[in-house]
Amino acid sequence: MRLTDNDFQLFGLPERQAQVRADIDARWKSLQAEVHPDRFASEGAAAQRLAMQWAMRVNEGYQRLKDPLRRASYLCELRGAPVQAENNTAMPPAFLMQQMEWREALDDARDEAALTALDDEAAQAEVTALATVQCLLDDTHDAPAAASQVRALMFIQRFRADIDQRLAALDA
Amino acid sequence: MALLQISEPGASPDPHQRRIAVGIDLGTTHSLVAAVRHGVAECLPDEQGRVILPSAVRYLPEGRRQIGAEALAAQAEDPENTIVSVKRFMGRSLADVANREHLPYQFEDRPGMLAIATRDGVKSPVEVSAEILATLRFRAEDSFADDLFGAVITVPAYFDDAQRQATKDAAELAGLKVLRLINEPTAAAIAYGLDNASEGLYAVYDLGGGTFDISLLRLTRGVFEVVATGGDAALGGDDFDRVLADWALAGRAVESAHDKRAVLVAARAAKEALSDAEETELVAALDTGELRVTVTRVQFEALVQPLIAKTLSAVKRVLRDAKVKPADVQGAVMVGGSTRMPVVRRAVGELFGREVLTNLNPDEVVALGAAIQANQLAGNAADGDILLLDVIPLSLGLETMGGLVERVIERNSTIPVAKAQDFTTFKDGQTAMAIHVLQGERELVSECRSLARFELRGIPPMVAGAARIRVSFQVDADGLLNVSAEELTSGVQAAVTVKPSYGLSDDQIAGMLKDGFSSAEGDMAARKLREAKVEAERMVLATRSALAADGDLLPEPERQALEARLVGLAAMDGDADAIDAAVKALAEATEGFAAERMNRSIARALTGRNVSAL
Repeated sequence: MRLTDNDFQLFGLPERQAQVRADIDARWKSLQAEVHPDRFASEGAAAQRLAMQWAMRVNEGYQRLKDPLRRASYLCELRGAPVQAENNTAMPPAFLMQQMEWREALDDARDEAALTALDDEAAQAEVTALATVQCLLDDTHDAPAAASQVRALMFIQRFRADIDQRLAALDA
Repeated sequence: MALLQISEPGASPDPHQRRIAVGIDLGTTHSLVAAVRHGVAECLPDEQGRVILPSAVRYLPEGRRQIGAEALAAQAEDPENTIVSVKRFMGRSLADVANREHLPYQFEDRPGMLAIATRDGVKSPVEVSAEILATLRFRAEDSFADDLFGAVITVPAYFDDAQRQATKDAAELAGLKVLRLINEPTAAAIAYGLDNASEGLYAVYDLGGGTFDISLLRLTRGVFEVVATGGDAALGGDDFDRVLADWALAGRAVESAHDKRAVLVAARAAKEALSDAEETELVAALDTGELRVTVTRVQFEALVQPLIAKTLSAVKRVLRDAKVKPADVQGAVMVGGSTRMPVVRRAVGELFGREVLTNLNPDEVVALGAAIQANQLAGNAADGDILLLDVIPLSLGLETMGGLVERVIERNSTIPVAKAQDFTTFKDGQTAMAIHVLQGERELVSECRSLARFELRGIPPMVAGAARIRVSFQVDADGLLNVSAEELTSGVQAAVTVKPSYGLSDDQIAGMLKDGFSSAEGDMAARKLREAKVEAERMVLATRSALAADGDLLPEPERQALEARLVGLAAMDGDADAIDAAVKALAEATEGFAAERMNRSIARALTGRNVSAL
């Protein structure tokens, strides 16, 4: 095992989008059980430092693997089609139209019920888009198309984060 | 030294290898020390049989001091020199302290952390906390008639970097080796988890004297995973006292420090009485005449409703963070003396739709959990018992153009964690870059807590946008942050490591130790030698157990050379500097061995995997 192995190798998981969350969690915990600095608390500084490096590496991999969107983005990168969300904002016109409708609906939403309904709709769109990404990555092996879909998903997630902020503001 | 020791069940097979490690709950209103004895965690009592040490320090003339109950008893008569609830000031500047006009202290504003002027001179909150920690350390050493190997100290999960650093500094000042800082709710869950063999998602609602924490933890087969955490570092039982005191005074003016304190003490007594009684009398002897008011539980509960609502909205936010509903939570653990109030238990029970868990003493549960973790970290417990996977409570980021914060590490990331972000220069020929490290959830720099500022200098002149400056954040297993910056493209490296601006520098700590701190025994040289020998002993023990476990990884000659080093180091005495140097040399000599052992550990973790994949 090396610190430079990719996340899938490190976690001993197949290099694909479809994953069972429980397997990722279980692998993360068994890796941490071996490398966490707490396991070396009574040992010297060298062991502590190494343990910290490993534990950080394992946590980094875990963060990427457990989140389907980050996992997809990582797979696109491994397959030579980096998402480059900051440089590439081109979106299909239909998708942009829907975004604008959602944004208007969010501006008009006044209560928890309206916000929750909007979030449910966005959540449904997210599920559909994630299924598409999985199909593109695992079945048709079209990484560039998957990368484009990942960019669309980032919009949806940002939109849901904004809904979340509005919901939080209602509680405050 | 005991002549005969009996090995305890589940303890180290060799009694001489058993290391004494304690858990310390350094609380706002009171502190406790606990240890695992005879396989069971228990709080250690003082000579009078009391386990609770009030977190109060009174500075007397001629450098003497009272700590604990004696200090607390004197707070009304000597409020300016009797520091209580010092935890609220840890890592805080004067502007951070809410309600400071109600407090009887002579504050001094100092860069980073405030200080308090007493008759014994100006004291930093770190020094005051160190007095409390040293008292607990002596109590533990007396209980075991031996030196301590180390301590696990608890902090509110919501504590930021400055507050954690201040806590660690205080421990160092008290002569304690910190095995780990852990979050209070996590410690509570450890105590509950092991005693009740609970599995599933748990909420820990911790309302202490001065802080409120809410954490969600997932417990699975000995793994304690903090899923999300939130709370308020300046909300606790003290605020309930203040609300009741203000109501009782009904606009009557109190000027003197004595009266301010006396009203709060009376309010606290009335609050505690109302946990059992439906009605009580709040009585305070003030300089301006007696204050006597009847208060019912119904009145009190109406008064504190806004405070409880504040805690519940933090609970809801944490549930939203974790994307779970109240019904998903299998139990709500109550921690902190303030959860004895029936109104609090009822409100939390209603939110989760179930009875809250109160079967462990809410005052002791945090120290007990810390003791269990300390015992494990010292290597006394059977391997693999529990594993704590904790998270950082607040997001960490950097200032970018326009006074905005760019988040680098999101809150609730599992620690330890490292993340790097690349930046570039925006002017031609720019040779320096200012880096401002912030903590908090808001988007504006002015609304986040500033942790550190530093400059990266010596960037070779390039056109704008050509330099690649990598800023790396590293949060260790204690939740403490290190930031460094480096210019990559030119191959010229310039890196800086930040000391949190709220922590004390090593020089300051050394200075405080020199100033005749009460925990320092004898002169500095003797103390230094003692510490060097303890460290050498620690190192020898650690290396021996590593050799016993994985000695086969080393070729015989190397193994023998290491053995010789160990024998040599164990025999050294008298010269602290020479011992320190030998310890350092041993650490360097075992670096390669440590790496080999780590690789073996990783391979072991992956044994469940398909052999062909390896």
